[in-house]
Amino acid sequence: MNFKSIAILAALPALIAGSVYAQSSIKPAATETLRPLSDFAEIKDEKDRSVALFQEAGKVITHARCVNCHPASDRPLQGEDKHPHQPLVVRGSDGFGATGMRCTTCHGPTNVDHAHLPGHPLWHLAPIEMAWEGKKLGEICEQIKDGKRNGGKSLDQIVEHMAEDSLVGWGWQPDAGRSPAPGTQKEFGALIKAWAETGAVCPAS
Amino acid sequence: MTIAFAPSRRAFVQASGATALVLGVHIPLGNRGKAVAAEAAFTPNAFVQIGADNTITVVCKHIEFGQGPYTGVATILADELDADWNQIRVVSAPADVEKYANSAFGVQGTGGSTAMANSWDQLRTAGAEARARLIAAAAAAWNVGAGEITIDNGVLKHSDGKSGTFGEFVDGATRVTLTAPATPKTKDAYRYIGKHVPKVDTVSKTNGTAQYTIDVKLPDMLTCVIARPPRFAGKAKSFDASGALTIKGVKEVFTVPQGVAVLATGYWPARKGMEALKVEWDESGTEGRGTEGLMQEFKKLADDKGVVARNDGDIDGALSGAATIIEATYTFPYLAHAPMEPNDCVIRRTADGGVEMLFGSQMPTVDQASAAKVLGLDPKKVSITTLLAGGSFGRRATPSGDMAIEAADVLKAAKHQGPIKVIWTREDDIKGGRYRPVFVHKLKGGVDKDGKIVAWQQVIVGQSFMKGSPFESAMLKDGVDVTMVEGAATLPYQIPNLEVSAHIVEVGVPTLWWRSVGSTHTAYSTETFLDELAALSGTDPLEIRRQLLAKHPRHLGVLNLAAEKAGWGSSLPDGKARGIAVHESFKSFVAQVVEVSLGEDGLPKVERVVCAVDCGIAINPEIIKAQMEGGIGYGLSGSLYGAVDLDNGVVRQSNFHDYRVLRINEMPTVEVYIVPSEEKPTGVGEPGVPPIAPAVANAWAKLTGQRIHDLPFSRFVPNA
Amino acid sequence: MTVKITVNGRAEAVEAELDTPLLWVIRDELGLTGTKFGCGVAQCGACTVFVNGQPRRSCVTPIGTIPDADITTIEGVSDKVAKAVQAAWTEIDVPQCGYCQSGQIMSAIALLSEIDKPSDRDIDLAMNGNVCRCCTYHRIRAAIHDASKRMEG
Repeated sequence: MNFKSIAILAALPALIAGSVYAQSSIKPAATETLRPLSDFAEIKDEKDRSVALFQEAGKVITHARCVNCHPASDRPLQGEDKHPHQPLVVRGSDGFGATGMRCTTCHGPTNVDHAHLPGHPLWHLAPIEMAWEGKKLGEICEQIKDGKRNGGKSLDQIVEHMAEDSLVGWGWQPDAGRSPAPGTQKEFGALIKAWAETGAVCPAS
Repeated sequence: MTIAFAPSRRAFVQASGATALVLGVHIPLGNRGKAVAAEAAFTPNAFVQIGADNTITVVCKHIEFGQGPYTGVATILADELDADWNQIRVVSAPADVEKYANSAFGVQGTGGSTAMANSWDQLRTAGAEARARLIAAAAAAWNVGAGEITIDNGVLKHSDGKSGTFGEFVDGATRVTLTAPATPKTKDAYRYIGKHVPKVDTVSKTNGTAQYTIDVKLPDMLTCVIARPPRFAGKAKSFDASGALTIKGVKEVFTVPQGVAVLATGYWPARKGMEALKVEWDESGTEGRGTEGLMQEFKKLADDKGVVARNDGDIDGALSGAATIIEATYTFPYLAHAPMEPNDCVIRRTADGGVEMLFGSQMPTVDQASAAKVLGLDPKKVSITTLLAGGSFGRRATPSGDMAIEAADVLKAAKHQGPIKVIWTREDDIKGGRYRPVFVHKLKGGVDKDGKIVAWQQVIVGQSFMKGSPFESAMLKDGVDVTMVEGAATLPYQIPNLEVSAHIVEVGVPTLWWRSVGSTHTAYSTETFLDELAALSGTDPLEIRRQLLAKHPRHLGVLNLAAEKAGWGSSLPDGKARGIAVHESFKSFVAQVVEVSLGEDGLPKVERVVCAVDCGIAINPEIIKAQMEGGIGYGLSGSLYGAVDLDNGVVRQSNFHDYRVLRINEMPTVEVYIVPSEEKPTGVGEPGVPPIAPAVANAWAKLTGQRIHDLPFSRFVPNA
Repeated sequence: MTVKITVNGRAEAVEAELDTPLLWVIRDELGLTGTKFGCGVAQCGACTVFVNGQPRRSCVTPIGTIPDADITTIEGVSDKVAKAVQAAWTEIDVPQCGYCQSGQIMSAIALLSEIDKPSDRDIDLAMNGNVCRCCTYHRIRAAIHDASKRMEG
């Protein structure tokens, strides 16, 4: 190249000359599905069926919508890539945040779509003993059954929590632009119930 | 129009304009100030007015956006007049290039850290003139010699016991003729200069009364939000506003060159209306490249010499004769300024057929001419009231007067005849261009067998925002944009064979100066590469700088002061390392020593910064310290996290969640030391920025062995 | 829709769409401009006010979600903690451009109202949601400690 000359790199015309954009920056999110209970009927061995049911429910449990608020540290995660929450927030003494910056400083009772901000009246973190981040599904399964690590819940109460709790339910009704947990809470609850009824057997890993 | 700060929360006083001079924002000191200047007043020059009520009004030609010129000019004037600090208030100068040009660039504007350098002689002379006239008036009234009168804390005194306030002599001072030119005070008589005086705008900024553009409220005013094209320079071809017009409060929708404007009764309906638009964009001629591709193109160019900006000795011979040669290629991303107050402007028609704009105008002369051109007006028919601005860091000074043009375009196209406030969303700000340009630097250095640095070759590749601007003739010299190479072509180190060259690349992404301009990248590459060369011979980073700066006493002064105060060479606990950097920018000299550890997120945790600055005479030491602290934080923010990336010409980031900025938990402790100096004052707004990133990188290399050549640091910790 | 709220002790009946963020009700409807717009997405804290005594980002608080709420803005703070914070801010000359400072001060008051002697960690956790692009953080920290001392008196 002639170093006396000024390099000119012509601006390339855009690939698309003239296209319609909705001004709203909110993009529709992809949805995943859960297999129906009937899919598992053919698994003859009840233990195997129980494991398979939990593995299917695991699509929800390991989804960012759920893991992000079951972090292994004091700091929740954010986004599909489960990055640390920005700004820096922590669980605080009660799971509802630090003094001066509670979850409710930003998170109100409802989603705020224009700000990509989730909302729920009880928005908070799962207790540290219920951390799911970084764990294998089998470990999470054992943890869910362990009264010392599940808030002292019976298996029936676990089923009810998964199937009915409205904060769990937020996972399927996130703010616009965030991908919901797979399937529906009803389908997820049915999987957990069936898993419990088949002996609540945990996957090996 | 005068906008007055007053204790009342809804204070919005529309004054009748008691004098032609006093326009702008009054900043009363504490609650003592009154909104409107006294009717009888002594106005010896364009910068000072003394009222019969004994108030002293200083006219500041520099915009106040946190860097402290209001307090700076007040300090100089109050000192020269020996005034009581509480007499002083500050107003913003109107757009008037004949009276208020910045002597550094010939137009009225703030930038290049010039405010104090530019005001020092001008305001001391203005103050001395006012002082001499007041004394002459008192001497006449008391029938005594002028030499027998002193001023103490705003009171004129004669040895026989007579005394009087400034206000009492307003008439006399106006009429009196001086027999000799007034001369400013000497250093021994300084009363406020060099001491801590409280900033004039602090109180209003702690109780919510400080008024910015976004706070302006006028009868019949509408708010405008604009739908902007996804790619730079795109134009609205057509739009469907049916959804927008159903939103309560939306009044009209129309195209402007910047996009599609929505006028509504407030920000929220305007914003909702903008979101509801469907726009077909004409994207012919827009930039379609992404930043990754640009970097590759730039890197290829950096393999060849560019237009030579400096050439000492025989670089080719020195490189071929060197015992060891190392090379490094550096990349720097686009950076948004992201001031807290996004761009905004209030514009309205005036009774004389002109317009008035109220906003944070950083270059009133350019803004005035630009708006006048859009509206087909004589620039004199465009008045500007410069308001406090919520930060700028360069963003509000565009060579083409972007914000003024946009407001004028909106006014011109609107059916609405009342005032309009244009507000940018934060997304507009992050996606809106005018970035610090992408740069690639390639450095090649050679040392001889004794470790002495014998060769330094640097190639800089990037966009020039001076090219094609009104500043081109001043800033492009022999094909070199001096702002691209400043800090590199001016490298102070004594290296016998040194060559710096640059390639200017055309890219369709609008760029701009960003706090400390060329030094945002040149300080990083030069100060880290020097450490790499020093490491070849095992020379201590402080020692190599001392050796190579023997002929640069002011560099050495800050370097040695920072090193001493930081305890350079003393041991540190395990897991911590020090780094050092020194850099001159805008005629001020700054050295910083940092202590760095490994942060929880994998990024450098900067724990302590010791900063030494030499900016000539320190007019207001506390502001100097604050500017160093702020510059350090700003530079750290950009180098740890800052990057605007483009995919096929579309900006990826949109707000603070993905254009991450420094937060309080990431701010180091900062100690600032000022080198005593007799030199004329120079700037402090920008010079605190350049040394921090290389100092951190040098400490990081010491701590981890990793040399960071690609900014920001977060590039190597993607989930930080 | 008419929404009833109390702002700085004054009952207000606001005409606004229910999705209107509290920020714009405060600024555009009630004319209280000390509370600032910085990001609109709860990332910068410039819009912080107290809702029923707790700090809240008003830019993401739809007015329809807080009927009958008791709101305090920077213009309405006046208790001992607020006075100590504002005095400390002035003494230490914290503000530069000043645009974020209403929000900073509201967050600082919220912190000191609950923890009268905050540690640096407490300050980090309570204040890191408030961005200052002038990076006055160094002085904010000092001013919070200073305010804490003033509150003893």
